[in-house]
Amino acid sequence: MTSLAITVVGHDRPGIVAQAAEVLSGCGMNLEDSSMTLLRGHFAMTLICAGDADAAQVEAALQPLVNGSLDVTVREVPEEPDRPTLGSTYLVTVHGADRLGIVARLAAVIADAGGNITDLTTRLSGTLYVLLAEVDVPQSTDIEALQARLADVSAELGVDCTLRLLENDQL
Amino acid sequence: MLDVVRAPSHVLSASGLEVDPSDPVIVQLCADLVATMRISPGCVGLAAPQVGQAAQVFCVDVSGHPKARISHGLIVLANAEIVEASRNEKGREGCMSVPDLTGDVRRAAKITVVGQLPLSGERVLITTDAFEARALQHEIDHCNGMLFLDRVTGAHAVFPRKVYLEPRDPLAP
Repeated sequence: MTSLAITVVGHDRPGIVAQAAEVLSGCGMNLEDSSMTLLRGHFAMTLICAGDADAAQVEAALQPLVNGSLDVTVREVPEEPDRPTLGSTYLVTVHGADRLGIVARLAAVIADAGGNITDLTTRLSGTLYVLLAEVDVPQSTDIEALQARLADVSAELGVDCTLRLLENDQL
Repeated sequence: MLDVVRAPSHVLSASGLEVDPSDPVIVQLCADLVATMRISPGCVGLAAPQVGQAAQVFCVDVSGHPKARISHGLIVLANAEIVEASRNEKGREGCMSVPDLTGDVRRAAKITVVGQLPLSGERVLITTDAFEARALQHEIDHCNGMLFLDRVTGAHAVFPRKVYLEPRDPLAP
């Protein structure tokens, strides 16, 4: 039983998900978790599948998808257990004039504080840059210090940053 | 009519100053905000920072909006604050200052707002719900330097705008 991590990136058109899923099904690979979206108009998909085929077999089976406009990678990955969250989930929201270094510098602040980004979206809309990051923050982290450091770095970058505790999903 | 400032712009994150509602400059600003709101299709509210003035003044009018329940018609307030809020609900918001994005935001569905009327400076108290409550909170946020982007519910809560309304012809009847 192997677990494969597969990425498909490139020119968007109807049918890519259908074709990729058909190939995986044909190889006996069960499509488990996946994430697909359009990034600047490009098709981008990452998925984990499991079954008895190996990376080479699946890569070969996906070749028809690679027609010069799509890139496919297939890698065997070990099974990862679902880890419990470290502490609380916070949302970092950033918006401002686009420039080099926004993600790099703010992600470094988060990492330095022991935070783990579990979900990230960035979007460039004209000259407006938006960054949204869900962060798993351990109980030991000094939240006020993290907030202050984010504020300092954001001010240097000329962007606005908010750090908010996300409500847990108590229904 | 005034030009609406679009993000990114530092005036949108400036904390608005308290104003004297009887100041003729403020009264004119209120009139200009209402005129600009009227001319903008789909616009149910506009705050001073959105026209480049870091002041605590805004207008709201949700009359006839399908999502509105209580509606007070045209509301123009200075120095407003929320004094009661309850029943948080998630809803999709847009903003003239962020024309190409929408986002999911949790807001109180039942609020009480106090503020001052322009010119007289009379203190009024408005209790409302649903869409009008959401609009008031959105505009009060603007007056405090916040955009709906600062309040979205998660990393996948911002979307490219799908529906654009054509600018209304100011000469049309």
